[in-house]
Amino acid sequence: MDFSSLAIGQEIGSCTINVSRADLVRYAGASGDFNPIHFNERIARDVELPGVIAHGMFTMGAAVQLVSDWAGDPGAVLDYQTRFTRPVPVPDTDAGAQIAVVGVIGALDAEQSTARVDLTVTSGGQKVLVKAQAVVKVA
Amino acid sequence: MSINPDLQGRSYPAGPVYEVGREKIREFALAVKATNPAHFDVAAAQELGHADLLAPPTFAIIVAQRADARLIEDSTSGIDFSRVVHAEQRFTHHRPIVAGDKLVAALHVDAVRAMGGGAMISTRAEITSSDGDPVATTRSAILVRGEGQ
Repeated sequence: MDFSSLAIGQEIGSCTINVSRADLVRYAGASGDFNPIHFNERIARDVELPGVIAHGMFTMGAAVQLVSDWAGDPGAVLDYQTRFTRPVPVPDTDAGAQIAVVGVIGALDAEQSTARVDLTVTSGGQKVLVKAQAVVKVA
Repeated sequence: MSINPDLQGRSYPAGPVYEVGREKIREFALAVKATNPAHFDVAAAQELGHADLLAPPTFAIIVAQRADARLIEDSTSGIDFSRVVHAEQRFTHHRPIVAGDKLVAALHVDAVRAMGGGAMISTRAEITSSDGDPVATTRSAILVRGEGQ
């Protein structure tokens, strides 16, 4: 990728992530995060959640795929941050929930040869991540 | 039980070594729906200049949350895990994580703020190789919701 070809405001791509209850169980096992609110409807409702919700880290981890693909090397993602503003309820259906991701270049640092990609991440039309930003080393 | 206000400033020294395995990288990559060959195929990772299978950008959460667990499971912290909601997360990579890495994490409680009947707790895990070389700094904020929050 040529740094000089990049411009602030440029869209790097977009994608949709499907998330089912099975995906949450898989993520729980892979990450070791067994908080029952991510698989147990009864406990989720007992603590006043709308139902089983996705791990914020599932959403964060899946959303950065767009940036990894764009960079070519996932190891080029130097810094990645977000705030989790709204839970993603995952209904007990085959389709589950959908998460939409759009990435736009938010800042460029020529000295460091880095680009900041700002991700807009929504589910059901509402933002679920805020200030989701990945800083990428541009080779 | 309420959150212990004395948590702020507390540190937990580097815990047990976490050894990064190839199958764990593949399993985690599948779980976050990552498809880059560098997470699955050693030759593909090496083609990008990595010594072994490359971990996805959020893989360090495994090590960070093990460190956080030392705080959450500490009986003096007053944290009810089922009332914990993840509020913020940041990864700063000092170098990529690859299979074969032996990692340790020291945990620091940077801030505790009362939020309604609950609390927002900001932690930082300094992840290093077992030789002490910096690998990643992860910052996390968890909201421990009070009743009715």
